[in-house]
Order: sequence, then structure tokens, then C-alpha cells
Amino acid sequence: MSQAPIAGRLAYRRSRHIREQIIEWLLLSSALVAVATTVGIVFILVKESLVFFGQVSIIDFLTDSQWTPLFSDPHFGIWVLLSGTLTSSAIALCVAIPVGTTLAIYLSEFASARVRETAKPILELLAGIPTIVFGYFALFFVTPLLKIIYPELPGFNLLSAGLVMGVMIVPYISSISEDAMRAVPMSLREGAYAMGATRLQVALNVVVPAAFSGLAAAYILGISRAVGETMIVAVAAGMQPNLTFNPTDQAATITAYIVQVAKGDLPHGSVGYQTIFAAGLTLFLLTLVFNLMGYFLRKRFREEY
Amino acid sequence: MSVSEGLRATITRAKRNDLIFVGLGIAALLFAASTFVALFLDMVGDGMSRLNPGFFTEFASRRAERAGILAAWVGTFAVMIVTALVAVPIGVASGIYLEEYAPKNKMTALIEININNLAGVPSIVYGLLALGLFVHTFGLGASVQTAGLTLALLILPVVIVATREAIRAVPGSIREAAYALGATRWQMVSDHVLPYSMPGILTGVIIGLSRAIGETAPIVTIGAVTFIAFLPPAPVTSSPPFLNFDWLSSPFTAMPIQIFNWTSRPEEAFQANASAAALVLVVMTLLMNAIAIWLRYRLRRNLNW
Repeated sequence: MSQAPIAGRLAYRRSRHIREQIIEWLLLSSALVAVATTVGIVFILVKESLVFFGQVSIIDFLTDSQWTPLFSDPHFGIWVLLSGTLTSSAIALCVAIPVGTTLAIYLSEFASARVRETAKPILELLAGIPTIVFGYFALFFVTPLLKIIYPELPGFNLLSAGLVMGVMIVPYISSISEDAMRAVPMSLREGAYAMGATRLQVALNVVVPAAFSGLAAAYILGISRAVGETMIVAVAAGMQPNLTFNPTDQAATITAYIVQVAKGDLPHGSVGYQTIFAAGLTLFLLTLVFNLMGYFLRKRFREEY
Repeated sequence: MSVSEGLRATITRAKRNDLIFVGLGIAALLFAASTFVALFLDMVGDGMSRLNPGFFTEFASRRAERAGILAAWVGTFAVMIVTALVAVPIGVASGIYLEEYAPKNKMTALIEININNLAGVPSIVYGLLALGLFVHTFGLGASVQTAGLTLALLILPVVIVATREAIRAVPGSIREAAYALGATRWQMVSDHVLPYSMPGILTGVIIGLSRAIGETAPIVTIGAVTFIAFLPPAPVTSSPPFLNFDWLSSPFTAMPIQIFNWTSRPEEAFQANASAAALVLVVMTLLMNAIAIWLRYRLRRNLNW
């Protein structure tokens, strides 16, 4: 036996091994882009916010009842913006949770396969509509409609923005809830049916309790969606900071404030420029809490059965 | 006698409740569908008159009836090219890594939890990341490349999740067959797993891009200009080297920004422009979504493992 072919085969194997290693490293580094993005977000938000909190005390930020960062006598009370965010989100959830849950129960437990196959694509299309278009719809269709019922309603208001935002979140909540309910094993339902339960009794007394952590995850992720929604409120709820929990008022949310400031030409490094990062950090922390809660709840319903 | 009557009443009540809930479910479905229809009809009613060929070939103008969306749709197109070129390779590579390579350790868990969280981060926070990092730290300006990169990071979780689901659906026997013939891991992935999961990946990519195309908040935040009366330089030139990358650093406007700008103007004439542009944008996203849904439907029907 000559040495050459064996040496050649060994060299080939070595180069093949090296190539495999390089590919694995490339794939891993792509996967790390997601981690780098999170690190980047936290780094940028914290870096600019630290400068901001060097000039404004954190106690004022959390307790001041005015938000006037661009006035000669500036006030930085985040609650003013937070009130708009919370009010519009609450209205949205009042629409999205009942409608989304009903829809999910109906599609998962009652509807025939054909209805389900038609309804799900429609809901997906509804979820695919750009939020700026929903904003346009809220301002020019829903607000005039509400004015027929309640003539004193101002042109910009939290109510119409919240309602439209609710419709936007419906497909989101219904699809996660439906997934959770379909993950409930058939044997549980069959047990209840054997005891003479109707479909509604099975749905409400067996399926919903069994899928509860999934439903909770859907609601929490819905809240996070509503809190972070930007264009609907920026277009339809107005840009005036206003400490209010009244749905018929106009008020800026955290997100609308960021859009408003970014649209103007604030010099890089000014206090006005840093406020949007402080506002953004507040928003990020708020949604982070909800997202992590939703993540662990969803993981639980996947593992239960 | 009275016992069986009581029982009958209970059964009747339970059956009636069952029917009432079916009504509620259908009502919820109709509510979602009718919002969709109202939104569409509202836009068609307000904007149809503005939809003539000139609308697509004119720049924005101070006079509503002469304004068009040329710069906006070209800008959107340019940004989408950058987004796709960045998000698809990184997203697919991450998906492959997580499904085929990743060991079960802390690092993998960290990447997974990151992707889950990023999917829920409000889009405006990505805008702040881009403003702080791409615009002010890397000095890329409010350009096509900044917007493209930002939106690429935004849709990365969508592409990754779709890739993973598509890869997970490929049965293990395919992998074993490839290994049995002496394939390396990468040969197995690139020659067998990827071709089979391609339609699923493509669906995810299209859904991701249709989300990116309508995103307004992040590109408003990076400071995209709203009034632009020129196009980015053409990518192909008549003289060597025939390729020109200046369009990447060109300022731009995009469809959602144009809509936002027209929506926030007080004159009613611009409202018609806004709804015409919104109609174009919605048709674009709906077409993309419809293609994705159709692809997935075909995929489900044709594959029998």
C-alpha cells in the first residue's frame, strides 16, 4: 500500500472538518446578532438616559405632574405620558380581550373546519394591516362616527385610538388563545361530554381552565402590544401631554411623544433629545416585564400535557 | 315527575346558552370582518379619485392635487431590498443554528429568550436604537441603509421563528439517511433539510417583509425626511464599474411616512392623498400576505411525510 492516497484522504478529511467548523461558527455568530441587538438596545437607552438623569432627578421624573421638557421652565413627570399610554391600552384591552377570547373559544371549540379555514386567513390579513393605516382609520372614520353619539368629543381623543388599537390586537390574542386551547388533550373534552356537558360547558369548565396559562400569556402579550403601539395613538390621540385618565380627552402617550420629538429637529445631545431615550427606557422596561411573563406562561402551557 | 321536569329545564337552558354562545362567536367574527371591510371601503371612498397614473409618477407637492408618491414608493422599495439582504441570511442562519447545531446549554437558552423578547419589543424602541447607534455613533445618517438595517433587526425574530418551524417539520429520517451516506452536518443541512424547508422559510420572509413595509414608527424616529423631490441615485450606471452604491446613503422617504405626513396636515385635500396612499400600501401588504398564506396552504397539501 502506498502512503499517498491515505495522506490525501486524511488531508481531505481535515479540510472538510475545518470547513464544517467555520460554517458552525458563522451560524453561531448569526444567532448572536439577536443577543447583540438586545445588548445594543439596552446600551443605547441606558447610556442616553444616564446623561438625562444626571440633569433631572429620578424622583422628579417619577413624581412630577407636568411634562414640559421644551419649555423655559422644564418639567419631566413621566406619569403625564404614562397616563395616556395606560388609558389607551386599557380601552384597547376592553375591546380585545372579550372579542379575542370569544373568537378563540368559538374557533377552537364550536366552528367547523371550513369556517376555521376561512376565518383564520381573514384574521391574519387584519393583523397584517400597517398600524399607520389603522391610525388613519381611527382619525377619519371612527372619531366622526363617535361624534354622532357624543358630539362634544374632540377631534383627537384616546377613546377612538384605543378602540381601533383593540381591534388591531384581537387577531393577536385570538391566535395565541386558540393555540393554547387546541393544545388541551381531547380526552379531557371527551370525559366531560360523556358526563352530558354541552359544548359551552365543556369550553368554559374544562378547556378554558386547562388552557389558562396560555390565555394569560395571550392577554399579557396583548398588553405589551398595546403599550408599545405608536402610530395609532400618534395620529388619533393627539400630541399634547395631558395627565388624564378620561377616555374622551386628548393626550400624548410615551410612544407619541417620541415620534413627535424625533420628527422635529432636536440637536443631538440636548436635554430634549435625551428625554426620548428616558421615555424609551421606561417603555422598554414596561414591555420587557410583560414579555418575560408571557414567555414563561406560554412555555408552561406547552409543557403541561 | 317534577324531578324530570327540572332536569328537562336544565337541559333546555344549557342548550340555549350553547346557542347564544354560537351567536356571540359569529358576532365576534363578523365584528372583525366588518372592521376590515369598513376600513377598506373608507379608503376606497376617500382615495379612489386620487388614484390615477400621475399619482405614482409625481413627487410630493405643496398642492394636494398635484402631489404623488413617486419618492415614497421608490424609497420603500430601496429600503426593502436592504432589509431583505440583511434579514434573510442572518435570520435563516440563526434558525439553522438553533435547530440543527445548538447544544442544549445556557448560551442557547440565552439566545432563545432574547429572540422571544425581541419579538415583543415595541418597534419604536428599534427606532431609538437606530437613532443612537446607526445615526449618531456610526454616522450613517437618516439614509436608506439605516432604515434598511433597522427594519432588518425588527423582522429578524419573524424570519428566525419561521425558519425554525420549517426546519422542525422535516422528519428525522431524512437527516439519518443523509448521515448514513457519509454526509457531514452541513452537507445534510444544505442538501436536504434546507430544500425541504424552503417554502416555509419563504412564507416567513414574506410575512416579515410585509410587516417591515408598513412600519412607520422606527423610520420616523431615525429622522427620515418627509418632503423629498428626488430619487436615490440609480444602482446601475452606464459607465464601468456599472454598479453604484450611493443609493444606500441617500436620504429617502417611504410610503408610511408619506401617509403620516399627509394625515397630520389640516387641509382636507391632503386627506384624500393620505387615503389613496394608504390604499396602495394596504394592497401591497395584503398581496404579500395573500402570497404567504397561499404558499403555506399549498405546502400543507402537497407534503405527506
